[in-house]
Amino acid sequence: MTMFYWIARRLAAIGATLVVLSFVVFALLYLAPGRPEEVLLGTRPATPETLAAIRAKYHLDEPFLAQYLHWAGDALRLQFGESIQSGQAVTAVIGERLPITIMLAAYAVALVVVVAVPSGLLAGARPGSRFDRAATMVSTFGFGAPAFVIGIVMLYVFGIVLGWFPVYGGGSDDLLDRLHHLTLPALALTVSVAAIVFRQTRAATMSVTHADYMTFASTRGLPRRLVWGRYRLRNSSLPVITSVGAIVAFFLTGAVVVEQVFSLPGIGSQLVGAVNTKDVPVIQALALLMAAFILLINLICDVVYLLVDPRLRKAMVA
Amino acid sequence: MSTDVIVTVPSRRNRRWFSPLTLGCVLVTVVLAACALLGPWLNPFDPHTQDLLSPSRPPGDGHLLGTDALGRDILGRLIEGTQAALVGPVVVMVGGSALSITLGLAAGYFGGRVEAVIMRLVDLLYAAPALLVIIIFVGMVGGGYWGAVVMLIVLSAPAGTRMIRSAVLGQRHLPYVEAAESLGMSKPRIMAVHLLPNIMPTVVASALLEFVAALVGLSTLSFLGLGAPIGSPEWGRMLTENREFLELNPWGAIAPAILIVVAALSATVLGDAISSRLSRGKAE
Repeated sequence: MTMFYWIARRLAAIGATLVVLSFVVFALLYLAPGRPEEVLLGTRPATPETLAAIRAKYHLDEPFLAQYLHWAGDALRLQFGESIQSGQAVTAVIGERLPITIMLAAYAVALVVVVAVPSGLLAGARPGSRFDRAATMVSTFGFGAPAFVIGIVMLYVFGIVLGWFPVYGGGSDDLLDRLHHLTLPALALTVSVAAIVFRQTRAATMSVTHADYMTFASTRGLPRRLVWGRYRLRNSSLPVITSVGAIVAFFLTGAVVVEQVFSLPGIGSQLVGAVNTKDVPVIQALALLMAAFILLINLICDVVYLLVDPRLRKAMVA
Repeated sequence: MSTDVIVTVPSRRNRRWFSPLTLGCVLVTVVLAACALLGPWLNPFDPHTQDLLSPSRPPGDGHLLGTDALGRDILGRLIEGTQAALVGPVVVMVGGSALSITLGLAAGYFGGRVEAVIMRLVDLLYAAPALLVIIIFVGMVGGGYWGAVVMLIVLSAPAGTRMIRSAVLGQRHLPYVEAAESLGMSKPRIMAVHLLPNIMPTVVASALLEFVAALVGLSTLSFLGLGAPIGSPEWGRMLTENREFLELNPWGAIAPAILIVVAALSATVLGDAISSRLSRGKAE
């Protein structure tokens, strides 16, 4: 019961945060240089008639709060108006590009989980070993190298010099071709994110390595698989779960950059394009989408934390 | 600049200080600092002369790293751009440290409501994807490079505040603090004169982390076309401008990329070395 109460409270907090954020996002229209109707008109010719039409369409003659409510009401129904650049509905424009970003993210997440988590566990279990030192050095490198730098170098080495992978675009809709195109971007994204995940996992593992329960578990002869899985993995996953929120924020930024490097038509390059052309409706929609995504991930993390750590569940019932 | 502080740290006999890696990083820092301070006046390679007849040439012909699309010397432009590439990160490091030291000390020392308010704010900003926020705000509202620098100071302070607050919490109830309190010293004085020197390792570590984050962040913004202005030899900007000519002269894009990584790595290694050195000094 308490757990549902707790989740409901978290949901309410997320809702409140979204409302505040949506206010800021809506205000972007007024923060942009120029009058809002001019911003929304973009490069189309500004005659008194077109300006009046825009004012009427976006309710610009009403008070600020009423405008916000109109906009927020539409946003709830996933209607963000039309893109200034293309004139198409914003939802359609974004929907077109979302799949490639989701695929890139899934690809990179899979790589991060396969590479960073096991190596973090191994390195943290034997700190100071040769593997630990090598992996830590690689992660220091990944930490200091921005995603676009890794992207450019990979693009040059594997795309141009060796010619193993395409250097441009997302390929056709054919799955294999798509994967072929996404491999370099996913790798570039992985290097920068994996460095952080590795460090977190390593630190978390190190902190449990000398815990009494670990020593006790191995002295009483439990099979290694249990010692590693039930004791080390479970206990060291807690701090990692806590930092997933920050990692996701980092990941999103990396995706934007990597899409730009490899000219992938995803929502990251769409955001950069929209910012450069001052396409306010698209930016508003993307900003809300990303904020909602980050908040949702944070909520999921909280729930997972509860599932993994029975002490927290007990504390809440008490 | 911070780099001067780094070189003048007394090098007492200590194995750690003479580790080749640390020494190499000190060397890199000195060279970069010299380029940043003197580059615009004492550049051995002319970064300005255009040679439109030999654009995007690979290394050779007196151009050690080749030329860019306008036939300008890449190496010369890299040296010229050191200042542009490092001034922003240094400002973020100084400003962000000042902010996070103030907030971290206040939160850790006063506790109670002050701490609750500060930490709530910090947690809120900590989860925000700083660069995306800056992309949207600087892109839409304007403000350019220095607007991005100011936003980075605000958005990077939360991480430092967290580190410094937990360091203060570790010192808060030690006898020396209580002694100072019982002597009736003012709170600002206790924080600045007694607490601050004792959390120096954390302060240095968080300052250099901030520098690295700012270097990476600002060059990323320049790469996306939002940081340094077009035509500036700032490294991220150079990388973008020479990217299209990767096949003609890869060094135009690869060399600034290497410099960004080398600068970030040196700062990270030096930060580790200095803060472990400082905390060892405490223990002695």
